[in-house]
Amino acid sequence: MELDGLLLARVQMALTLAFHILFPAFTIGLSAYIAVLLALWLRTGRDVYESLARFWTKVFAVSFAMGVVSGIVLSYQFGTNWSRFSVAVGNVVAPLIGYEVLTAFFLEATFLGIMLFGWNRVPPRLILVAASLVALGTAISAFWILSANSWMHYPTGHEVRDGIAYPVDWLKVVFSPTFPLRFAHMLTAAYLTTAFVVVATGARHLLAGRHVEAARIMVKMGVGMIAIVAPLQLVIGDHHGLDTAEYQPAKLAAMEGHWDGSKAAPLVLFGIPNAAAERNDYEVAIPNLGGLIIAHEWGGRYPGLKEFEPKDRPPVLMPFFAFRLMVGIGVVMIAAGLVGAWLMARRRLFEARWYLVWQSWMWPSGFLAILAGWTVTEVGRQPWVVTGILRTADATSPVVAESIAGTLAAFFVIYAVVFGIGIFYVNRLLVRGPTPGTTAAAEEPLTNRPIAAALPGGRDAIDAREGQP
Amino acid sequence: MEPYLPVIWAGVIVVAVAMYVILDGFDLGIALLFPTTSDEAERDQMMNSVAPFWDGNETWLVLGGGGLWVAFPLAYSIIMPAFYLPVIAMLLGLVFRGVAFEFRWVAKPSHLPWDIAFFAGSLVAAFCQGVILGGLVEGVAVANGAFAGGPFDWASPFALMCGCAVTTGYALLGATFLVMKTEGRIADHARQIAKRLIIAVLVFMAAVSLWTALSSERIAERWFSLPNLVWLAPVPLVTALVGFGVWRSLERGGEMAPFAGTIALFLLGLLGLAISSYPFIVPPSVTLYDAAAVPASQMFSLIGAMITLPMVLAYTVFVYWTFRGKMRPGQGYH
Repeated sequence: MELDGLLLARVQMALTLAFHILFPAFTIGLSAYIAVLLALWLRTGRDVYESLARFWTKVFAVSFAMGVVSGIVLSYQFGTNWSRFSVAVGNVVAPLIGYEVLTAFFLEATFLGIMLFGWNRVPPRLILVAASLVALGTAISAFWILSANSWMHYPTGHEVRDGIAYPVDWLKVVFSPTFPLRFAHMLTAAYLTTAFVVVATGARHLLAGRHVEAARIMVKMGVGMIAIVAPLQLVIGDHHGLDTAEYQPAKLAAMEGHWDGSKAAPLVLFGIPNAAAERNDYEVAIPNLGGLIIAHEWGGRYPGLKEFEPKDRPPVLMPFFAFRLMVGIGVVMIAAGLVGAWLMARRRLFEARWYLVWQSWMWPSGFLAILAGWTVTEVGRQPWVVTGILRTADATSPVVAESIAGTLAAFFVIYAVVFGIGIFYVNRLLVRGPTPGTTAAAEEPLTNRPIAAALPGGRDAIDAREGQP
Repeated sequence: MEPYLPVIWAGVIVVAVAMYVILDGFDLGIALLFPTTSDEAERDQMMNSVAPFWDGNETWLVLGGGGLWVAFPLAYSIIMPAFYLPVIAMLLGLVFRGVAFEFRWVAKPSHLPWDIAFFAGSLVAAFCQGVILGGLVEGVAVANGAFAGGPFDWASPFALMCGCAVTTGYALLGATFLVMKTEGRIADHARQIAKRLIIAVLVFMAAVSLWTALSSERIAERWFSLPNLVWLAPVPLVTALVGFGVWRSLERGGEMAPFAGTIALFLLGLLGLAISSYPFIVPPSVTLYDAAAVPASQMFSLIGAMITLPMVLAYTVFVYWTFRGKMRPGQGYH
């Protein structure tokens, strides 16, 4: 059997990206949350904020380490797997990545040292400064990576000579038209993801009757965040969709399963896109509603897939279903936020067990929505790696397929084992919960090995479980 | 300014590589010394001595790779596929090294697998870095601006020897760092190992130098033609002197000097390789100028680098200063 190097390289990239995105998605929000907790502690002097900050710092350290090691892989993969990409658009995209390293990576990695290990070496105020700089670094990192990614989706500010892109206007390169909303959409998604993990953790402890004071703060802060940010994300997402309609119509048609642009567009609720027959099988659709959402006009039209040559069409199945998954999760998230806000207003948030049980299972929602969203946007960009400039099939490296197959297998096994164990340890930490009060914290200070803290936590949790009848 | 941009950028990348080799060199090196002791407390102390720094140290590797892509996209696009397998192996080694830093403490008392992962991950990363360096000095097959060789072209005896050389060098950096940063049994132990490693490192440096000079006419001419011979003779002479100084300082109980001297040895080694390779960034056919990004791109990135790198260096120094002083047995950064 002939190995398909292109397919193997794509699978490898998808695998390493999908694993990687989980960690920054979480740590962008978590670092900001820790900075807020530290600020609240310094302002109010309440011990519970300190123990919460220390608790989440341990979780952060573990997640961040996994983000670092999986991210370094990516910075080299542009060259190892996509060397023609790195030449064709290196003049334009590489400086954006360079700025990410210079303005974000060093900031995060260096001040992480103080944020984790500085507790007995520097005053608390400096810990807050370090945590804020780490949070700032993670957001700056997102800024540059989304800038580069947006340029790949809809390049501007460049010219192409002999298949090589050259920069003409850096402002237009950095702030390409789809960038502002894409960045806002991702950042908001990261904060939402973290909020759901925080609420789920608080809810679990409340349900178990442990760490009640801290758990209430987690639930309250998280629900407040979700109630504001989840509906906001709907607005941002809608506008981002309008960007897609304007700049990437083929992707939008694939997301919507929209084939025939000559008719008023329905909203396809369900169906199985059939690329060969150019229609959806088993379609359930609401007439005209699609046009209303996209064109903001009853009976509105927008291009269908048939209007694009088959060689320029993205695959339909994955964007179509991933988009529905993302939107579906988003709707549940908004419901979680609004119901929570309503309960909070009626002062029943901590008593409504059904709500806490529901939230305790919502922790993966942000991660799933992000994976689904990235599937939509990246698969929807195909067959291009840089729209209009370079096709994915032309971007590969001169590396034999056997090499890629071998490393793909290694990535698969090693990532599954290493990150599987890491996620298991994060869960142990979450189950253990915060250690109460500063006195306890002084006797058992934040260990310099963040994961080491998981050990007693994990044992406690296991003992507690075994102790129960 | 434009004609100098590729040279300035080459300088930035050399600085990034030097920073990486020195900083991550000592924490990879400490992991390489794990098998020389089976004492759990000693291993704890070794790991603690680099815990707050390793993440920042590793970022220089990202700057080295990223900087290469930024400033010399063509070189990046040739080197990465040419060293596909060692690059990926190095990255996976670093994954194990990075997480072992954390997982080892969770797994206690049955932490042996993570001790092994810490050591083996670092060994693979260090060895692959040496192989890539050696393979690059030796030359890469290029046709039509792209890599044109096979998947195992890098596996030459010279490159494999460079892998061993760099691994030994990192171990020396790690040992001399421990001499500087720790006290008691662990420091004595590190000093004994360093005395043996310095001899091995000097032998490797001599071997690499002679091998490159004898196997490549281009490199031989660079070093042995007049007047270069006169100008360049101090490089090997100073290297020999520094090497002797490190050994003597280890004998006489020096604490800072062996580490500083080892850093100097690494810098001299890099300088030697740079002299051998200039003006090629991918010997023997692609020069700095061939591979350079367009001036607009190099300039845009250089402005950022000139503003941010001094800040990066400043806060790196701040963090090292925050965690200054000796680590005593049993004492972590608690």
